[in-house]
Amino acid sequence: MTKYKMHVLVCGGTGCRSSASDLLLENLRTEVENHKLSNDVKVLMTGCFGFCEKGPIVKVMPDNTFYTQVKPEDAAEIVNEHLIKGRKVTRLLYENPETSEHVGDSEKIEFYRKQLRIALRNCGFINPENIDEAIARDGYQALGKVLTELTPEAAIDIIKKSGLRGRGGGGFPTGLKWEMTHKSKGDQKYVVCNADEGDPGAFMDRSILEGDPHSVVEAMAICGYCTGASQGLVYIRAEYPLAVERLRIAIAQAREYGLLGENILETNFSFDIDIRYGAGAFVCGEETALIHSMEGLRGEPTVKPPFPSQSGYLGKPTTVNNVETYANIAPIILKGAEWFSSIGTEKSKGTKVFALAGKINNVGLIEVPMGTTLREVIFEIGGGIKNGKKFKAVQTGGPSGGCLTEKHLDTPIDYDNLIANGSMMGSGGMIVMDEDDCMVSVARFYLDFTVDESCGKCAPCRIGNKRLNEILDKIILGNGTEEDIDRLRYLGAVIKDTSLCGLGQTAPNPILSTLDNFMHEYLAHVIDHKCPAGKCKSMMKYSIIPENCVGCTACARNCPVNAISGERKQTHFIDSHICIKCGACIERCKFNAIVVN
Amino acid sequence: MTKVKTLADLKKLKDKLQEKVKLREKGLDAENHVQIKVAMATCGIASGAKVIMEFLIEELDKRNIEAVVTQTGCMGYCFAEPTIEVTLPGQTPVVFGYVDVRKADEIIEKYIKNGELVDGIIPQNYETIDNN
Repeated sequence: MTKYKMHVLVCGGTGCRSSASDLLLENLRTEVENHKLSNDVKVLMTGCFGFCEKGPIVKVMPDNTFYTQVKPEDAAEIVNEHLIKGRKVTRLLYENPETSEHVGDSEKIEFYRKQLRIALRNCGFINPENIDEAIARDGYQALGKVLTELTPEAAIDIIKKSGLRGRGGGGFPTGLKWEMTHKSKGDQKYVVCNADEGDPGAFMDRSILEGDPHSVVEAMAICGYCTGASQGLVYIRAEYPLAVERLRIAIAQAREYGLLGENILETNFSFDIDIRYGAGAFVCGEETALIHSMEGLRGEPTVKPPFPSQSGYLGKPTTVNNVETYANIAPIILKGAEWFSSIGTEKSKGTKVFALAGKINNVGLIEVPMGTTLREVIFEIGGGIKNGKKFKAVQTGGPSGGCLTEKHLDTPIDYDNLIANGSMMGSGGMIVMDEDDCMVSVARFYLDFTVDESCGKCAPCRIGNKRLNEILDKIILGNGTEEDIDRLRYLGAVIKDTSLCGLGQTAPNPILSTLDNFMHEYLAHVIDHKCPAGKCKSMMKYSIIPENCVGCTACARNCPVNAISGERKQTHFIDSHICIKCGACIERCKFNAIVVN
Repeated sequence: MTKVKTLADLKKLKDKLQEKVKLREKGLDAENHVQIKVAMATCGIASGAKVIMEFLIEELDKRNIEAVVTQTGCMGYCFAEPTIEVTLPGQTPVVFGYVDVRKADEIIEKYIKNGELVDGIIPQNYETIDNN
């Protein structure tokens, strides 16, 4: 058996492939063979390095050499110089943009890694069902520090100074929230973890609970100490069975170690956690609705104030934070407020976890410092758009957010910039759309969701959103008018102003932001009765090109609604009034005689 | 399990466990000890991670390879599930994506037995906070 001395890894990500990394791989293999190195060196293709801007990337192991922008013709030089003579090819090494120095060792490349994992620090690293592994990675040290060295006020102060803001979407300062509960009077207080993640395409909280449940358990106990609560409650949707199971195991193990329960670490602080299951209603992500649902009432929001910090679960002062917010707490306590606030932008500190989904190559879970641009997220970490299509928009903030377009690509992502651009942070779903997506349909998709999920308590949300949805339907069916567009805008603004809770107040956002950014698509639908992306079926018209039709009758025989007529060996005809645009005829036609426009 | 009574206890426990993890990672028996983590969040399991984990445990045992196979959470590479991370003694961990039974077999035969890397590597593209 051969033992390879060296491995040459060539990036096979889409970005690098489009700059000829396949050919480069071929050339490297040929060179290696020509020099009879095949027994010592193996050349292989890897996944995306997340550094597409400088691609194609070649990494040589075991010396960790990192070559950037390597062309197929550079293969000979790499093999001759580096592999045979042991001299790195300096001109191809990564160049530090600040010092213009060539960096040979990929471990030393500062800008190489765009991602920084704080909330996800243990995800994919520890066994989530074993508390020992969490403890080996500093689990519960922050709790120990808080209980023995800090007063609740001092700990709250650290969280306040860190600048941590709620990761569930609103971005309310976490320290301030804790302070409010701390100052509220009550014989019993509660700590609630909002794990009711419901945005389509979002899975950050699930991944944290499944990968590192102890980070949440520990932070809830810290919050309990800071606010004066002895009981924690995790509100989690029953659709997350694995997250529930792992959380349950984590709580049980923490109890066995005495890290939950009476007199934790021989202090007079006692704290325990229970799980409450949600039935998966989107509105229950809103904190007042969540509290009502936990109380056994209907999951409907109520007017704030009173805020939960004053009167929450069972009328007692309650702190509600999102899963990801909790996951940030322990590192802040251990590493300090200054460390945390040194990451991110002026008003948004730390990192944010995003679930990248949609028409993007590297669908996945990422964590980047606040202030990273959309371009870096989509084109470098995400590896660009699938199948080499053109980027059209990215939806952030789920059904409450909006679409950002090409012109926003270089905007640093933080709470305030996203709002200023008509979207919002939301919980961190990022759905990428390409040129084939119809923005009117996208808006309708999200509105469909909010109409479904509206609890029905207040009229603007219950009735208004339904009407918005009907207008969108009308436009998509090709019956819209320009007045309908004005109505969308007007009604959307009213719903935002008058709805009771966050769900209604943000529901029109997908429409308003697509109106702002893609007005031409709406106009194309209502004026030209055309869908520029070719998505809206009702706008399509199937017809037969007489010159190509040989009259084989294949289309007519397969049309489910008998919309096609014509004699054998004669040109056929599609009656567009009967046609349901199913596309069965196109699939059957061997003569390319049927077109859609 | 005994209760952790004081912060000092907790710190001691941490040191002990860190040592244990280190032992597991570096190995007393450095020549033969391999560590494999299988990403087993809902997404990984849905793509077949359970089958892969069982396969790895059984096959490594059958082929007399000393290895510790553990489950872990989401590594973030949803596009390439199931994903596994293999750490050979004294080496940096390598993540492999799109692991089916055939790929798992190839990883055992080529990488674990001979240190020969195979296709499907996912370069680590993030930094994590050092906890110390």
